[in-house]
Amino acid sequence: MEELLKVEGLHTYFHTYRGVLKALTGVSFSLYPGEILGLVGETGCGKSVTARSIMRLIKEPGKIEEGKILYRGKDLLSLSEEEMRTIRGKDISMIFQEPMTSLNPVLKIGTLMSEVIMVHKKVNKNRALNIAKKMLKEVKMPDPEGVLNKYPFELSGGMRQRVMIAMALSSDPEILIADEPTTALDVTIQGQILRLIIDLSQKRGTAVLLITHDLGVVANVADRVIVMYAGNIVEEGRVKSIFTNPSHPYTKGLLRSLPSLAKEGEELPTIPGTLPNLIYPPKGCLFYDRCDIREEYCKEGRPERFHLGEEHYVWCHKIKNEKMERLGYGRTD
Amino acid sequence: MRIAKYIGIRLLYIIPVMLGVTILVFLISHTIPGDPASLIAGPKASKATIERIRHDLGLDKPIYVQYMIYLRGLLKGDFGKSIRTGIDVATDLKKYFPATLELTFFSMLFAIGAGIPLGIISAIKRNRWPDHISRTFSIFGVSMPVFWLGLLLLLVFYSKLKILPGSGRLDTILSPPTHITGMYTIDALLTGNWPVFISALTHLILPAFCLGYVYLAIITRITRSSMLEVLNKEYIETARANGIPEKSIILKHALKNALIPVVTIIGISFGELMGGAILTETIFSFPGVGKYVVESINYLDFPAIMGFTVVVTFIYVFMNLLVDVIYAFLDPQIRY
Ligand SMILES: Nc1ncnc2c1ncn2[C@@H]1O[C@H](COP(=O)(O)OP(=O)(O)O)[C@@H](O)[C@H]1O
Ligand code: SF4
Ligand SMILES: [Mg+2]
Repeated sequence: MEELLKVEGLHTYFHTYRGVLKALTGVSFSLYPGEILGLVGETGCGKSVTARSIMRLIKEPGKIEEGKILYRGKDLLSLSEEEMRTIRGKDISMIFQEPMTSLNPVLKIGTLMSEVIMVHKKVNKNRALNIAKKMLKEVKMPDPEGVLNKYPFELSGGMRQRVMIAMALSSDPEILIADEPTTALDVTIQGQILRLIIDLSQKRGTAVLLITHDLGVVANVADRVIVMYAGNIVEEGRVKSIFTNPSHPYTKGLLRSLPSLAKEGEELPTIPGTLPNLIYPPKGCLFYDRCDIREEYCKEGRPERFHLGEEHYVWCHKIKNEKMERLGYGRTD
Repeated sequence: MRIAKYIGIRLLYIIPVMLGVTILVFLISHTIPGDPASLIAGPKASKATIERIRHDLGLDKPIYVQYMIYLRGLLKGDFGKSIRTGIDVATDLKKYFPATLELTFFSMLFAIGAGIPLGIISAIKRNRWPDHISRTFSIFGVSMPVFWLGLLLLLVFYSKLKILPGSGRLDTILSPPTHITGMYTIDALLTGNWPVFISALTHLILPAFCLGYVYLAIITRITRSSMLEVLNKEYIETARANGIPEKSIILKHALKNALIPVVTIIGISFGELMGGAILTETIFSFPGVGKYVVESINYLDFPAIMGFTVVVTFIYVFMNLLVDVIYAFLDPQIRY
């Protein structure tokens, strides 16, 4: 199938006072029509920067330095700001982590929603309000008519996130980027909201890039998963192969720390150590300091993508070498 | 209507404020040393004459009785008679006050009308030349003494370029418009008197600029920083992610939030502006209430001083009410 979105060699840097923070260094992946792709990694690994780069919402001092973001074959990085604007919210939508601060406090829900609809669908205000009401019904908002007349502060976090979802889907985008859409919500409603996002996008055929720091979240809903570490992808594959046959030591560590997979009474193991300094990153594998199977040669250069099996890839020197040796090729580096 | 009730309640607040201010002013003006009766009587007057004058003015009554009499008068719009001129204070205020109010109003209009757009431009063109120009312009505004700016303006636009008048409210060949509000520009507009309108307006330009410049600078800076802060908020990113055009993001999504602190500053500035008006009037020989007040103070003319204070307080309190109402429109979270 032809990819809807293809990210190629994405480099995004932040030019801070302390130095150039290399938030993304060569991120590449594809998103196919209608699929749900999980993007997983611990806080600070570059998930939000990836999402914002795709939307071209990286603000100063950040800058996309290199790479391509192809939407239906068209490089978004080559578009003018105005051309990009007409894609945002219409072809590619995004919902954010913090429903409490992501809605304008001084504008009514009806005003916020109808404006987005008017901008993309070129309809008048009345028609837009009708569509907004219909969307609020779809996200199972109680009293949609009344909500249109309310201000964000009059709604709970869960209700605001429903508004965000309704707004993001109101112009029938082909891609929905959901950046930790349930992280800030009360645990009792997290599942509900996630279900809503998945069901609605499936129904509409919208592809979803579901970002989360919790591998457990993607386990039940995603088709494929990419695991990110320190601004790079370390493993990519179908959910089933990632869970049954994880390869990268980081992915394995993430899986071990999942509460649902730990044995009864056992303390949850966490991966010791922290993210490397992204201003002065090491030359070799960025996971080296925390890796329990590392080798001296891992310090030599960045691992490249290695094909493990059907739709399963890993970025690791050692795994690649061992696999190659087993196949009788000998070490390739 | 929630907002109507809110305004009603705020109007009721005016009563205790006005009572408090009148008591305060009354007490202060009656306890500072100096005896208006002997001032009126002159240095050679006999003790009996002074006593008689004191009795005529009601100054021999207990202070609370004097206050009650004064308050009763106030409610009927009677501010008492000026000790210095012998004319009703109300008549004098009606004559001089509108000019000051007009000057203050135009200064404010200039400060707000130019300050907010400048602040917005400064914020969206941050650290580029429009921002540098606007910031330099506002640094001059906050650092230049008013009298110096006034003299500079007079020197350039009146003496050298001769394009703007330097004193008074109207060309001497014109006669004032029919008295409706006492503000020449408004009265001229209401009566369709164009030559007077133009002349009154040109006479206001220099003093209004001089008086308003500091506030323009303050408003520009507050708008800029407030705008910059708001533009970094997540809800602005939401609007961008939804493809909202930049113009709407700035003028609708950001500005309404950014104006909240600006409105506060405008409310506070108004009182200072009225004070500053007196100095500006002196520089531009603008016949407002300034000269009247200064002379009244020199003469210990209590009724005049109090009348002035009461009117200024009332305007100030009213402006604050207006600010609160604007707040309620800007910020839906204001509790009525
Ligand atoms: N505006 C910014 N300025 C400087 N550094 C930033 C900025 N935004 C993100 N970063 C850095 O980029 C890295 C990735 O951040 P992010 O994508 O937000 O992580 P997460 O995976 O938790 O979403 C982090 O090291 C973060 O500190
Ligand atoms: S490349 Fe080496 S250090 Fe990096 S994850 Fe693989 S084994 Fe560990
Ligand atoms: Mg994030």
